[in-house]
Amino acid sequence: MKGTNVGEFEELVLLTIAALFDEAYSVGICDELERQTKRSVKLGVVHSVLHRLEEKGLVKSKLGEATQTRGGKRKRYYSITSAGKAAVLRSKEVRDQLWNMIPEFSLKRI
Amino acid sequence: MKDQSPIHPPRWATRLLSWYCKPALLEDLQGDLNEYFQRNIKSRGIRKAKLIYVIDVFKFFRLYTIRKPGFVNLLINWMMLGSYIKTSGRNIVRNKLFSAINIVGMAVSMSVGLLMISILSDLFSYDDFHEKKDRIYRITTMTESTGQPAIELASTSIKAGKKIQEIISLTEDLTILRNNFSKDAHIGNKAIPVSGHWADASFFKVFTFPLMKGNAVTALKEPYSIVLTDKAAKKLFGDADAYGKQIVFDSVNYSVTGVIKDVPKFSHIQFEVLVSFSTLEINKASDFDGDFLSWKSIFSNYVYFTIPHNGNIETVQANLGQLCAKENQALINQKITLSLQALKTIAIGKHLANQIGPNMVNVVVWILAGLTFIVILSACFNYTNLSIARAIRRAKEVGIRKVIGAFKSQVLMQFICESVLISLLALCLSSGLFFFLREQFISLNPHIEELITLNISLKVVLAFLIFAVLVGVMSGFLPALFFSHINIIQVLKGSSSLKVFRHLNLRKALIVTQYSFSLIFITTTFVGYVQYKNFLAFDLGFKTENILNLYLQGNKANLIEKELLEIPEVSKVSKSLMISSLGSLYGETVKYLDPQDSVGAFCNIIDENYLPIHEHQLLAGRNFIPHAGKLETEVIVNEALLKRFNIGGKDPVKALGEAIEFGKKKLTIVGVLKDFHYGTAMDKIEPFAFRYSTDNFRYVNVKVNSTDWPATLEHIEKAWKKVDHVHPLDAKFYANDIENAYSQFSIMVKVIGFLAFLAICISSMGLFGMVVFTAETKLKEISIRKVLGATEGNLIYLLSRGFLFLLILSAAIALPLTYLVFDRLILRNIAYHVPVGLLELFSGFVIVGAIAFLMIGSQTLKVARTNPAEVLKNE
Repeated sequence: MKGTNVGEFEELVLLTIAALFDEAYSVGICDELERQTKRSVKLGVVHSVLHRLEEKGLVKSKLGEATQTRGGKRKRYYSITSAGKAAVLRSKEVRDQLWNMIPEFSLKRI
Repeated sequence: MKDQSPIHPPRWATRLLSWYCKPALLEDLQGDLNEYFQRNIKSRGIRKAKLIYVIDVFKFFRLYTIRKPGFVNLLINWMMLGSYIKTSGRNIVRNKLFSAINIVGMAVSMSVGLLMISILSDLFSYDDFHEKKDRIYRITTMTESTGQPAIELASTSIKAGKKIQEIISLTEDLTILRNNFSKDAHIGNKAIPVSGHWADASFFKVFTFPLMKGNAVTALKEPYSIVLTDKAAKKLFGDADAYGKQIVFDSVNYSVTGVIKDVPKFSHIQFEVLVSFSTLEINKASDFDGDFLSWKSIFSNYVYFTIPHNGNIETVQANLGQLCAKENQALINQKITLSLQALKTIAIGKHLANQIGPNMVNVVVWILAGLTFIVILSACFNYTNLSIARAIRRAKEVGIRKVIGAFKSQVLMQFICESVLISLLALCLSSGLFFFLREQFISLNPHIEELITLNISLKVVLAFLIFAVLVGVMSGFLPALFFSHINIIQVLKGSSSLKVFRHLNLRKALIVTQYSFSLIFITTTFVGYVQYKNFLAFDLGFKTENILNLYLQGNKANLIEKELLEIPEVSKVSKSLMISSLGSLYGETVKYLDPQDSVGAFCNIIDENYLPIHEHQLLAGRNFIPHAGKLETEVIVNEALLKRFNIGGKDPVKALGEAIEFGKKKLTIVGVLKDFHYGTAMDKIEPFAFRYSTDNFRYVNVKVNSTDWPATLEHIEKAWKKVDHVHPLDAKFYANDIENAYSQFSIMVKVIGFLAFLAICISSMGLFGMVVFTAETKLKEISIRKVLGATEGNLIYLLSRGFLFLLILSAAIALPLTYLVFDRLILRNIAYHVPVGLLELFSGFVIVGAIAFLMIGSQTLKVARTNPAEVLKNE
């Protein structure tokens, strides 16, 4: 099942949610990603990724308080689940392993 | 920072979002979009922010955000259907007048719609029986000569067919047809006329005409082979087997090599017999339009081919372009362009000259369909108008339904159900009308009968039903929307607070639209009729009274002339190749001094009696002098030809004796005629010439002075029978011939006139309903006014002024529009027309106004005359 794997963008979103901790809602995530990656991030894309992550059980969400800027609509805050934590950790592990495998000289020559 | 007046994103976009979005996701999405919106206002301005908002709303339309249709709702709607139908039925019965207006109006307009559907269904089923119908194409030809408008032909040259066969490997099978095989078949001592085409051996490979007898591959291969349809075989041989028999045409033996099933009615190629094309090829000397195989002889041949399954039509077209470019090099002052036409666009397609069979120009079809649609729309407007006007009576019902728990969608469903029910009732009525209309329509013109049958098939019935449901939904949608948005509290608190008149502007707009269309239709009818009458009574420049034109059908003109002259009522007889002013033309290239300067002039071949019988006016010179056997040396021309070449300084007298070159012959001008109309009123007078001959005639023109027409015609028929006992006499009065030539106009006038009649009926009924309703709702007001001392005249003025204003408004839209369309567009194309007169422009308005006034007046008078005490004591 594809649920156990996370894609590159999904991983970024997951990490951002973890980093923002209490302030992780869609627009906030979007802004933070833009700031970190220096590329434009579309709200629609973030939304669909959040939706997918929630379906996979990697994040969970709850509704927060309403604000003036949102036209009286409540924010939906996301937080990472233990499955989500496991998923990010695993992908970090995979990366670390691969990094460790790279011989010293192989990247230097390029 | 404080926002004094918060700017909202576009309301409709927000609504759209909340309509399609899952409720669970909705709040979050709305909030996000709003946040972005506020942000964008600051950074990019309001307009840009709104635009981005709208775009984002559409972007969020994704699979995971869409609301799934509620199964339960669907089920409830289904169960409620019975209830809807029941209440709708009760309502129809309760409001008899309004239901009647609606049903009759819809039925009348739908009958036209049904007619249109069956016409379209017939036209689109043309050539459907060919197995390769999607891969068959026809070569069409466009010829442009310098200084003359281009002519588009359905026919092409044999050479084009042969070349394509040789050089273009992209075609699969190609067949060449030549039209107008029309001869008398001699079998034993019987002579029976048959007609058909010449076709080559691959005819049956391209087209699907199943053979009952004979071999499809070889049937049309050998010279002097003939293939008969089943019907033709029965006609020639009775019940005997025709296959293998001999038929004699012009004392040459042809053998029957095949019998095919009858040609379906909906085939654009119609024939009784097919003769092998190779017969023509071995006799090619006897051809009449120039060289048989020339690139220029493009008038009688048709080329059809199929492309392979994976064939590319663009490549074929490109190859045709190359072929034309190569062949055109040999032409002087002329350019021939070949293009492709798909089989399915032949019967209903663009206008081409020289069609091989029946054809309907698609523009005409779409215009008629558009007009029909307008008439139907008009009836829908009536329903919409009356239903919303009656809202006050239905509002409580809807309010209670809503209190009990009906959703908006269910109320919507209920009202659409009601309108569909009405339109289905109307369908029953209109089917009856349809059968009546069908007869009328088919008998309008023999061409129509040739083109369509309007038979009812299962497919058509299904289309009728779908059409009725569509009409119902279309007319019921607006009222349904109105009712579903009724505010419960307002309605139940007291009916008076309901804003029935809130939609007044919409209703007024609908009435104005209806009346504008009615006025456009009726004015068009009048203007068209005046033009048509003008065409018929047109001063052609020659006389047509009491002239009977006999089509010779291949007989010797002299024999018939002799017989005819023995009849006492016949005063003079002349002979001609064609008949002027009917739209058929025959032309030849003409040159004067400068060999480079040529022009295509139309001409007619006549004998010495032609000009006197038709009382043509000679400006100078003389008529032809009869001479037999000698070479053709003389020509009589019109003024336009003098002007074109500046012969004799445009002076008719000086032009006499000048020589002009006609095709390859040098002819001397012996007479100059005053310009006359040899073509229809659509064409300007161009160079024209009469040439003399002793044979080559197709018509005999008989001047008759008679007091007893039936007896005279009988004499003429007897005279004809003496010469030709095979063909029936084909004689028509010149005036009738001219009437036939303009028959398309008379059909158009009749059809639009009929539509005008319908549109007026429907809009009048609608207006009537509105007047009745207004009068009823204002009954109390009127009574009080009356008590206070208003006169009947005052009251009528009060009630009717609103409607009269609408009527005048629609006239102000319709009349100038019609005038401009005729003056600037339609009449521009008709060289000799009468200007649009005030009488025909306003008579339609007067009629419609009178009808409307009568209805408004009668109803308001009724109300104004009621006894106020009766009305007021009820409270």
